[in-house]
Amino acid sequence: MLRDNTSKVVFIGGILIIAFGFFAPNWIVNQLMFGFSRALAILGLLVLWRTGLVSFGHAFYFGLGAYTVAILDIQLGVTDVFLRLFGGACLAGLAGFLVGFIMRNYRDIFFAMLNTAISMVLYGIIVKTESLGSTDGFAISLPTIFGVAPETKYPLFVVITVIAMVSALLVNFYLKTTVGRLTTPIRDNEIRVEYLGFSVAHAIHLKYTMSAILAGGAGALMAMSLGQVDPDSMINWTVSGELVFITILSGPGNVIAPFIGSLVFEVLRTYAFELAPHLWQLIVGGTFLTIIFFLPGGIWSLIVKFGRNKS
Amino acid sequence: MKQSKPILEVRDLLKTFGAVVAAKDINVDVNRGEIVGIIGANGAGKTCFVNMVTGYLKPTSGSIVFDGIELVGKGPREVTHAGISRSFQVSQVFHTMTVAENLTIALAIATNRGVRALSEMETPELTLQRDAVLKRYQLENYKDMTVNVLSQGVRKLLDIAMAVVSEPRILLLDEPTSGISVEEKFDFMDVVMGALKEDNVTVLFVEHDMEIVERYVSRVLAFYQGEIIADMSPKKALADSKVQEFVIGKRH
Repeated sequence: MLRDNTSKVVFIGGILIIAFGFFAPNWIVNQLMFGFSRALAILGLLVLWRTGLVSFGHAFYFGLGAYTVAILDIQLGVTDVFLRLFGGACLAGLAGFLVGFIMRNYRDIFFAMLNTAISMVLYGIIVKTESLGSTDGFAISLPTIFGVAPETKYPLFVVITVIAMVSALLVNFYLKTTVGRLTTPIRDNEIRVEYLGFSVAHAIHLKYTMSAILAGGAGALMAMSLGQVDPDSMINWTVSGELVFITILSGPGNVIAPFIGSLVFEVLRTYAFELAPHLWQLIVGGTFLTIIFFLPGGIWSLIVKFGRNKS
Repeated sequence: MKQSKPILEVRDLLKTFGAVVAAKDINVDVNRGEIVGIIGANGAGKTCFVNMVTGYLKPTSGSIVFDGIELVGKGPREVTHAGISRSFQVSQVFHTMTVAENLTIALAIATNRGVRALSEMETPELTLQRDAVLKRYQLENYKDMTVNVLSQGVRKLLDIAMAVVSEPRILLLDEPTSGISVEEKFDFMDVVMGALKEDNVTVLFVEHDMEIVERYVSRVLAFYQGEIIADMSPKKALADSKVQEFVIGKRH
């Protein structure tokens, strides 16, 4: 078996990116922030996907995380980046834990669409509720970090990158534990897992709650990097679709993949939109088809291939 | 001679599906170390019996006591924790994983119960244990092959090996030799029974092949229409007129 260098790569890669961000122009720092924020949600979806579960509704948790930040800011005046992140991730995690009691009984298309249903309920509530910003949403103040209000976005970028590193390392460790390894086995044969003595429902519930926490954290960080929340960019079903798209684009092979995939997606969308404002969906869709036909293992499989050829 | 208490006591077991009676008046005591063969025509209630003992089906009434623990009402997972494992008529393994990976996860689940499931899975001890199992079941040559590409015989060996890693006290095998060629069946059973003897497991197995029954079991339970019609040594059972008529189907 190949030795797992993932932790080392995450650690060194993260530090290099933080250093690079210091000299990089603003628009690149922005892209990195958006990409890494969203990648947290992809990490959770990766764990579910390996288990054979695809959720078409994780914008529910993404949106919960984002709106928690908005409410904390506007109603309670919370500015600290970590408090906001913690609030968003916790609320999403709690919701995920409760919803998990239902979701763990469903598979395949039922699992996918039940998640969509729940996210659309939240979308409906927010759109119809004036005090939750309705269709306009809220603007969010730039967060403070350890009580200091930064003048640029760079400190927030550092925080996001560090959070991304920590999350990647934690998920990477989780995937090495016994319960974490119960991904392919559950996808292959649930009956056998039960007869080996492990509850499939419990395993799925844990993974689902984890994915909710990660998606909530992603939403919270995204809200702070964008400086605003609104239902269409945070909770609508198209957001869930984007998350699934990036998961497939990244590939399930490694916890680093979501970060690369998310960045590629950000860049792809930005350029596609600039180059061909009316055709950008066509470009994004074409990329999707190309990936499915030629790279079913996602971008990560390219990296694996490249690594093999070199050694 | 007074025998020690039986390890499995089945009393008045009844299972109905609507108007269909799948099992009726099942009363069996199994002693430690016995190798029991369960025979019967298709639909006689053999697999139904195995499914009830292993918690996959809930009996309509009756009781199944394993070493002092009532099993009725417990699910597969709890029955496994109590110390009863099973293999399947059609092997139930993780088909996109390798043989080694299959055994590793089986061993890890058996050893890392509760919060220990959150510790790192692949430890050096676990790898040693896995290699020992691979050797005992003669699976070493298939170690790194994906189950998808393996023959039914190898899959069945793996299926049984995975059932045994939790060190059960009773093992139920559902038709271990089905899908295995006539030439291979004795070698296959020699490997399985040899390995099980080392572990000192009580074995109940469903079998259609009377040659296998004759050779490997110490006692026969013959099922017919959901009832046990014979409970005796294999020699006697195979000579019994009812067994011949209803199970083996010999014409007179």
